[in-house]
Amino acid sequence: MEHTPPAFFNRGPAPVVRLTFFALLSLALIVLDARFRYTEGLRGALALVTQPFQIVAAAPAAALRRAADFFASQSQLSAENVGLRTQLAEAKLAAQRLEAAAAEGARLKLLMGAAERLPGKAAPAEILYSGRDPFARRVLVDKGTRDGVRPGSPVVDESGVLGQVTRVHALLAEVTLLTDKDQAIPVQVVRNGLRAVAFGGGTSGLLELRYLAANAEIVNGDRLVTSGIDGVYPPGLPVATVTRVERDATNIFARVLCQPAAGVDRGRIVLLLTPVEAPSSPQQAEGAAEKGRDKPATKNRRQRAKEVRAP
Amino acid sequence: MLPDRRQQILLPVRLSTIVVSFAVALLVNFLPWYNVALAPDFVALTLTFWCVRQPQLIGLGVAWMLGLLTDVGNGVLLGQHALSYSVLAFCAVTLSRRVLWFGLWGQTAHVAVLLLIAQAVGTVVRLAAGAEFPGWTLAIGPLGGALLWPLVSVLLLAPQRGPREVDDTRPI
Repeated sequence: MEHTPPAFFNRGPAPVVRLTFFALLSLALIVLDARFRYTEGLRGALALVTQPFQIVAAAPAAALRRAADFFASQSQLSAENVGLRTQLAEAKLAAQRLEAAAAEGARLKLLMGAAERLPGKAAPAEILYSGRDPFARRVLVDKGTRDGVRPGSPVVDESGVLGQVTRVHALLAEVTLLTDKDQAIPVQVVRNGLRAVAFGGGTSGLLELRYLAANAEIVNGDRLVTSGIDGVYPPGLPVATVTRVERDATNIFARVLCQPAAGVDRGRIVLLLTPVEAPSSPQQAEGAAEKGRDKPATKNRRQRAKEVRAP
Repeated sequence: MLPDRRQQILLPVRLSTIVVSFAVALLVNFLPWYNVALAPDFVALTLTFWCVRQPQLIGLGVAWMLGLLTDVGNGVLLGQHALSYSVLAFCAVTLSRRVLWFGLWGQTAHVAVLLLIAQAVGTVVRLAAGAEFPGWTLAIGPLGGALLWPLVSVLLLAPQRGPREVDDTRPI
């Protein structure tokens, strides 16, 4: 007969066994989350536990901010008012010009039989705090599923594209900034229509245009806007300005660095746009891909697949 | 022999103390820190404390659950903190008989190493999953957390300290 200790001394499995068990469980979760994204259901269930903590933890800062807004001085407000009026006048002028151009563009598109894209709705949101992950560049905004925010929505501020909503909670949404290492956005050079994909530069706070041929026609100071072929970002939004182009004879690709147009590290108020509808039929997708004359179509599709997977 | 002979005999711990301390630690962790890499991880610190003080009650299971909650609350890779807290709890439980023989600052040194190990495990997981190394500022959080150890020890042991002895003739 085996010798077993009396129940009084029984302390369960040995610590090393427990560590192995929990480590394997954690590793399984990590793989499921990182490679397959199967864990969103579990995340949602656990979020019910963490949400109250997060709401309570965010309350003091929000109250402080509200108090600061309340006690903003008269002179400050009037100065801001004058500034905003000037900006409004300028914006109105630009909007009138844009309206005329848009009307003309719509007529031309109609003539060409191109599918007209509906302008998306925009919802203002406030940046609450930067994400609690030192390995990624994210911010949290105060709009969530309750306000109709959808994962994948582009986020812009007054000067350009800021990023994309990657996860939506009930009251909050996580926005991954353009400068995040895993974030990519299809762009187009304003000057000559050259297409490219801009990837986040991580801690450098810059964007990088990858897979651009060494003899590609791009120079310092070129402005980049969204090309709109990904079906997520509406076309024509400012993204970045090229700040450095390195052409190396030993490398077939040029190294292009750009400064983001939007204030990715500053600013408080942003706009959440509804994603542009992705082309649904293969013909449409082909049509959209054909427009990109400088990039192979596969790149665009892969890009789109990445964007869809990202939320 | 007791680790520290001048030590007061403590009352048995109440489960509510542990639960409330973990809840408060989660709350403090979820405060909107300006830079999360520099902020100490209060959940890890509280977990280390209870693993050292009550290794029979608090161990890897609790650590794993807390890690999962932290992962969800922070919106990071699911399993990252679960793994690092499990390793932390294992080390803390293993060292629990040793750590209490030291004074508060000796304990702080032990805790600094434990917290650094936990942070390193999380970092390795993220780097393996394709993230970019954000710099050596990552070590500041655990070191700052270790410096809070004396304060946390005093605070969390307070409920277990009985009332100040009035009757000198009482044996214990």
